[in-house]
Amino acid sequence: MSTSTDERPATSELEPTRGQRFTGWAANYVDERTSISGLVKELGRKIFPDHWSFMLGEVALYSFIVILLSGTFMTFFFQASMVPVLYDGSYVPLKGIEMSAAMASTLDLSFDIRGGLLMRQVHHWAALLFVASIGLHMLRIFFTGAFRKPREINWVIGFLLFILAMAEGFTGYSLPDDLLSGNGLRIIDGLVKGIPIIGTWISYLLFGGEFPGEDVVGRFYVLHILLLPAILVAALGVHMLLLVINKHTQFAVPGRTNDNVVGVPIMPVFAAKAGGFFFIIFGVIVLIASLFQINPIWTYGPYDPSPVSAGTQPDWYIGFADGALRLVPPGWELELGPFTLSLNVFIPVVVLGLFIVVVAIYPFIEAWITGDKREHHIADRPRNAPTRTAIGAAGVSFYAVMWAAASSDLIATHFKLSIENVTHVIQALLILGPIIAYIVTKRVCLALQKKDREIALHGYESGRIVRLPGGEYIEVHEQLDEYERWKLVSYEDYKPLMLRPNAKGRITAGERLRARASNWFFEDRIAPVTRTDIEKPGHGEH
Amino acid sequence: MANDHDGTNPRAGTTVEKYGEHNQPTAGTAVVSSDSVQNPGFEPFRARVADLDPAVARAQERRVSAWFVLSIIGSVFAIVAYIIFPIDGTPGSIRNNNFFLGIGIALALLAVGFGAVHWSKSLMDGHDLVEQRHGTRGTDATREKAIEVFELGNKESGFGRRTLIRRTLIGALVVSPLPAVVLFRDLAPAENPVPLLKQTMWAKGVRLTRDPSGTPIKASDVTLGSAFHVIPDGLNESEHKLEEKAKAAVLLMRLKPQDLHVSAGREDWNYDGIIAYSKICTHVGCPVALYEQQTHHLLCPCHQSQFDITHEAQVIFGPAKRPLPQLPITVDSEGYLIARSDFTEPVGPSFWERKL
Repeated sequence: MSTSTDERPATSELEPTRGQRFTGWAANYVDERTSISGLVKELGRKIFPDHWSFMLGEVALYSFIVILLSGTFMTFFFQASMVPVLYDGSYVPLKGIEMSAAMASTLDLSFDIRGGLLMRQVHHWAALLFVASIGLHMLRIFFTGAFRKPREINWVIGFLLFILAMAEGFTGYSLPDDLLSGNGLRIIDGLVKGIPIIGTWISYLLFGGEFPGEDVVGRFYVLHILLLPAILVAALGVHMLLLVINKHTQFAVPGRTNDNVVGVPIMPVFAAKAGGFFFIIFGVIVLIASLFQINPIWTYGPYDPSPVSAGTQPDWYIGFADGALRLVPPGWELELGPFTLSLNVFIPVVVLGLFIVVVAIYPFIEAWITGDKREHHIADRPRNAPTRTAIGAAGVSFYAVMWAAASSDLIATHFKLSIENVTHVIQALLILGPIIAYIVTKRVCLALQKKDREIALHGYESGRIVRLPGGEYIEVHEQLDEYERWKLVSYEDYKPLMLRPNAKGRITAGERLRARASNWFFEDRIAPVTRTDIEKPGHGEH
Repeated sequence: MANDHDGTNPRAGTTVEKYGEHNQPTAGTAVVSSDSVQNPGFEPFRARVADLDPAVARAQERRVSAWFVLSIIGSVFAIVAYIIFPIDGTPGSIRNNNFFLGIGIALALLAVGFGAVHWSKSLMDGHDLVEQRHGTRGTDATREKAIEVFELGNKESGFGRRTLIRRTLIGALVVSPLPAVVLFRDLAPAENPVPLLKQTMWAKGVRLTRDPSGTPIKASDVTLGSAFHVIPDGLNESEHKLEEKAKAAVLLMRLKPQDLHVSAGREDWNYDGIIAYSKICTHVGCPVALYEQQTHHLLCPCHQSQFDITHEAQVIFGPAKRPLPQLPITVDSEGYLIARSDFTEPVGPSFWERKL
C-alpha cells in the first residue's frame, strides 16, 4: 500500500547501487557456505497473530537479554569470595569495617565504578520484571487454554523456565553477602535442615561446613552465572523452537480458524514491532534504574548472624514461600524417638512442592478429564471455560494469600493491627480464599456467557424508545453485525462424559473418576448460539 | 470452534479431520454441532490515513526519523554524562552519575523502540496475511520412514536381539554417573556435622561480652528492663567467627526475680533475675532480635514467632515449636557475668538428629 504512495522511482529498475552490489555479494557469500537462504525462506515471512496479551512472553524474553547484558558487565568487577577484608572504598560510613570480598567488591562496583550502580540497578529491576512477566505470561497461557494440545510440552518447558528464573533470582540475591541476603540464606539453611533424614547433610554440603562458611557465595556464583543460565538458555531455545513449530495461537476473530494463522509476517512488520519493543523494554528498565534505587546494600551492612532489621522483605517472587512459612500454626514439630521432624518447615515445603507440580502437569490433567485429543489453536476467552478459569482464580488466590502473608508484619504495623490477628485472618484466607474465588469466578464466567448469548441473539439496547400504535413503549435493540457476533458465539462446547463400559464390558474405577471429573468440569455450561437460534423468528424484536 | 469440525464449512476444515480415522474416540466430550454459526470470514480492510494520503505518509516518515535522531542524541548525551559527572564517593556525585547516564541510555533505547514501532504501525504494509496450519504430527509416510530407520538400526546392530549386550549396556550407563555423585562428597569437610551443631563456644567460665565490641558485662551494668546483645568472650578473635556467632549469639535481659517462672533444675541458671537466652530462632534460625520490654516477649522479625521470657522463652505465637535454649549464667569473682556451661540443648533450627 505505502509503496504506491512513494513517488521516488523504484531503485530496482536502475543500475544496482554500490550498497546493493555489496549486499548481494555478502548474501551470496554466506549462502554458499551455510545455505541460510532456506531458513530465510521458511521463517522470513512466518505469520504472527497480534494481541496485546501475546507481548507478555516477549517482555520476559527481552528482560532476560537485558539481564544477560548487565550481568556480564558486573562479572568484570564482582569478586565471588567470602574471604574477610577490611572495606577501603569511597563509601565513608563502612570504611574499615570487616566484610567479605563479595560485599566489598559490590560496594566498589556501586561507588567507585561509573555506571556500576546503574548496571546493578538495571540487573535487579530487569530480574524482577523477568519473573513478573513470566508469571503473567503463564497466566495468559492458562486462562486462554493455550496449553492444550499440541502445546502441553511447551507449557512444561515454560514452567521450568519460571522455576529457573526464581532460582536465578535467589542465587543472585545472595551474592552481595549483605545482611539481607545473609538472612535469606539463613532461612534457606533452616529450611534445608528441616528436611527429614538428609536435611542436616544437605545443608552441610551446600555451605561447605557449618552455616555460613566461606563457600556458599562462590558456589552460588557458579550456579548463577554458568549452570542455571546455560540450562535456561537451552530451555528457552526449545521453548522458541516449539513456538515456531506449533505456530502461535490466536483469538477467534472473524476469518481466523483452527487451521490458519492470521497476522503480520516476521519480515518486516513483526521484526520492526518486536525489535522496537525490545528497545522499549530495555529503555524502560534503564529509566527505572536511573530513577529508583533498589537493594541499597550499603544501608544494610555486611552479613552478621546476630542483627536483623524488622520489616525486611525478600524479592517479590520469593514472597509466597516466605509467607507459607509464616502461616504455620504453633507447635508443628514432632519427635519420632530420637529424631526430630520439623513439620513447621517441611509441610510448607511439601505444600508448595505439590502446588507447583499441579501447575506443571495441569495440561495433562485437563486433557484427561476432557478426553479431547484434537489440536487447539484458537485461544479461549476465559469466560468460555468457566471451570478452568475458576480453577485458575483459585490458584491465583492461593498464591496471592501466601504472598500477602510475607508482608504480614508490614500489614500489621501499617494498619495498626496486631500481628496475631493479621496472621489468623491470612491463615483463614489461605483456605477460604481459593474456595470463594472458585465459586465467584465460575458464576461470573457463566453470567458473562449468558450476557454474550443474550447480546448475540437480541443485540444491544440502543437507548431508542419507540411508542407503538397501541400505546406500548419498547426499546429498540440494535443487532450486531456478523463480525461482532462471531466473537461472541465461536467457542468450543463440551458436555459431561457419559459413563460407558469399555471394550471388555467393564466400567473401570479410572473411568468412574473421569466421568465424575468431567461432570464437575462441564455440568454448568452455556451452549453457544446456533444458526437455528439466530434464525428463529421472534428474535431481534422487543 | 465447533463448526470447524463438522466438515460443512469450506473455509474451515480441520487439522483433525485430515486424520479422521485416528480421532474417532478422541473428540472426548466436545459437542460437535452441525448447526453452529458460520465463520463470517475476514472483515474488510480499513486503510490508514498514511495509505491514502502521501503527505501524511511523508510526515510519518519524518516522525520516525526524528525518533532515530533523538536516539543518537540520547547516546551522545550518555557518553557526555559519563565524563562530566565523575564519582568521588559522595552520595550526590553517585546520584548524578547514575541519573544522567541512565537518562541518556534510556532515551537512546526508548527512541529507537518508539521509532521502529511507529514505523511498523504507520508505514509498513498493514494487511494481515494468512498462513495455513498443518497437523503437528508427521505425515504417515514420514512416520513410516522414521519407523523404518529404527527398524534398520535395530536389525543392523542387533540391539533387540542381543539381549546380553543390551542389558549390560543399560547397566553400564546406569552405573556410570555414580562416581560423579561420590565426587560431591567433599563439598563439605569429612567430619560429621551433628556434633558441631550441638556445641557452641560457650563453656564454664566464659565471660558474656557485648556484641560487637567484645567488652565484658558486669551484673551491675544490667539494669532492670535493659537488654544486651551478647557474644562469648574471645569470639572476635575466633578463626570461624561467623560460624561461631551464628550459634553463640545470646540475648541478655534483667527481669524482677518474682516475674520469672523457673522450672525445676534451672533455679541457678539466672543471676538475680538476669537471664540469657539463645538469640537464634528455633524455627529457621533468624536472630530473635526484638525484645518487648513491657510484655517480656521476644519477637522474631522473619516469621513472627514470639517467645515469653517470663516462662523460659516458651513459644506463644508463630511457627516455632521449641523454646529458645537458655544459657546458664552466674558471676565470677570480679562481678562479671559468665556462663555456667554450654547450652544444654542444640540452638537454632531443628534438625533430624537434634535429640541423638
